[in-house]
Parts: sequence; C-alpha cells; structure tokens
Amino acid sequence: MVQLTLPKNSRITTGKTWPKPEGATNVRKFQIYRWNPDDGQNPRVDTYFIDMDSCGPMVLDALIKIKNEIDPTLTFRRSCREGICGSCAMNIDGINTLACIYGMDEIKGDVKIYPLPHMPVVKDLIPDLTHFYAQHASIMPWLETKTNRPAKEWKQSIEDRRKLDGLYECVMCASCSTSCPSYWWNGDRYLGPAALLHAYRWIIDSRDEATGERLDELEDPFKLYRCHTIMNCAKTCPKGLNPAKAIAEIKKMMVERAV
Amino acid sequence: MADVNRGNRPLSPHLSIYRPQLTSVTSILTRITGNALIVAALLIVWWFLAAATSPEAFERANWWLTSVLGDLVMAMSLWGLWYHTLAGVRHLIWDNAMGLDLPTATKLGWAVVIGSVILTLLTLLVVS
Repeated sequence: MVQLTLPKNSRITTGKTWPKPEGATNVRKFQIYRWNPDDGQNPRVDTYFIDMDSCGPMVLDALIKIKNEIDPTLTFRRSCREGICGSCAMNIDGINTLACIYGMDEIKGDVKIYPLPHMPVVKDLIPDLTHFYAQHASIMPWLETKTNRPAKEWKQSIEDRRKLDGLYECVMCASCSTSCPSYWWNGDRYLGPAALLHAYRWIIDSRDEATGERLDELEDPFKLYRCHTIMNCAKTCPKGLNPAKAIAEIKKMMVERAV
Repeated sequence: MADVNRGNRPLSPHLSIYRPQLTSVTSILTRITGNALIVAALLIVWWFLAAATSPEAFERANWWLTSVLGDLVMAMSLWGLWYHTLAGVRHLIWDNAMGLDLPTATKLGWAVVIGSVILTLLTLLVVS
C-alpha cells in the first residue's frame, strides 16, 4: 500500500558531525545515513568532511576513506570496486547507483548517501535483500528444457544470442527495483524491474522451452502489471540497461498470445 | 516487505530522498489529472442537472461555474484533459514496446508537458 511517510522507528534524526580534516584546502561535505541495530535509537544522518586532495575519484573511495580514517563503524557492502559485483548499490545524490563507478565529480554540492530506498535496513547502508533475491528465484532464472539433452551443448544462432544483449549484463544490484515507486508500494507482490528483466531474459532465450509456463506465471495483476512505465528503473540502472522495455515486451507477448 | 520487522529494522527513506525524474513526474501527473477530471466531470454534470431542474437552480450553478474561481477550475481541467489525453497516447506507444529508450522517452515526456500547455492555450483562444 502507498505509505508516503516513514514508520515511527524509521524517522531520521540529526546525527553526529565529525571533525574536519586539519590543514586541508579542498574539503567536501558528506551526509550519510546511519543506523545501528544495537543501540535502540532511530536512524540518523552523520556529517563527515573529507580532504578531496587525498581521496580517490569515486564515491566508494570516499566511503572507504571515512571507514579507514574517521569512523571505522561505518558499514557498507563492497567487493569488486569495478561495477561487476553489484554489492555497493546505494542511493547517492538522490538516485540509486553503484558507489564504485559513480564519480564524485558528477555530484553538485554535498554528497548525500542513503541505503537503497524503501528496504528494511540491516545496518547503516546495508539493506536486507532477502525478498528481492526470492523474487529473482521465483522467475526460474535458468534454462528450462523438455527435449532430450543434446550430445554437446544447447546451440544458439548469433542472431538469437544477440537478443540477450542488454539483459544478461544485469548484476542484480537492486538499484532499479528500489528506485521504482510501484515496487515501494507493492513490493510484496509486484516482482519489480530486476526480476522481470531476468524473466524476459529467459522468455526470449531461443534455447528455453518453457516460454508458455513462464508467461502463465507472470499473468497476474500484481507480479507484472504493477509496472506503470514510470521508468525510474531504466533511468537509474548503473549498467545502462532498460528493464522498462523488457517489461513492455513481456506485456506485449501476453497480448500477442491471447489474440 | 518480508523481513521488515526483524530486529525492529527501520525502513530506508524513499519518496523524501529520491530525486524526481521527468518520467516519474509525468507518470504521477497522469494519475493526478485522471482523478481531478472525475471532479471536473461531476461539475459539468451538476451544470446540466441544474439546467434540467429549474431556472433558479441553473442560475446558481451557472454563477459558480462562470465565476473567476469556476473559470480557473475549468481552465485547469482543460489542461488536465489535454495532459491526460497526450499521456494516454504516450502509453499507447509504450504498449507497443516502442519509444522506451531513454532519449525517446524523455522527448515524449517533454512533448506531453509542452503539448498539453500549447493545446490548452489554443483551446482557450477558440472557446473564449
């Protein structure tokens, strides 16, 4: 359901302002969402100052610098630092993206960092993605076949393989789904852009033999049709993919098989 | 969400921190104009009903609906109608899985916004 305000335990308070670095001339202000599961307090926004002359160019560089030099309790996920693992997805400067490949030169003014929107927070910038992963699993993200297994491998023409471009690159960072107002209000039943993009990736795979069953599964007022083409998903995808288009293609296939 | 209450976990902020996008604003406006047009339609029905009831009833309804406030509401409704129509056309295009790449979707968004204003002004010129 649409709930415009945050529940009581989620309202954000003003947090701590950490001291400025001494002797630095090129200082930038960071406002970062904090929540500690152990102190029983509401979430807060802490203010940090970083000397940009001794900091790397990406938002993740700044987060690591804060954790190393200012506040070791700051908690966030990160791994590959090159936009392929999807771990460091968060809300930066009002949009969802990967901290490791988002340059601070793209941000005007203070750098505001929050966890992915409308998700249960585990700690600081870490959202609980259990439900998101379960939705991905529900669309059967694997090749379903009925014919006998070929001697070597399931073959695919170059043209058919090309249909998967713009879909297979998804790293499941959840930026798109958590940018979607429809997913905010109906995320319990609406699958969201990421899971639906993956659903389409298997629906149009020439080797897959469960297209009908896959469409049957999605033919539901909530799972698929809560997409209202708001397009925040495509706008925010750090990999430049277009879940909105994938969803439109699924909707079109639904109509085509019915007429 | 499934685990929202485990360990009294807070819900991360959403509407208050997410930057409005052209596509998201034009989307919510489609819904707002659609609902506002229900009110506008009821006002028109009131006008017709009053005309069918009595000269005094029509006098009263007509006074309200052609007052400055009434004119303003009707002019806004006119914009709402044009906006909702153009946004509907955009949805028809999208339903064919066309115009969904970001540059085209952005152009379509501006076309709906600017087109609805121009068409409203033209209509006002014609009817006034």
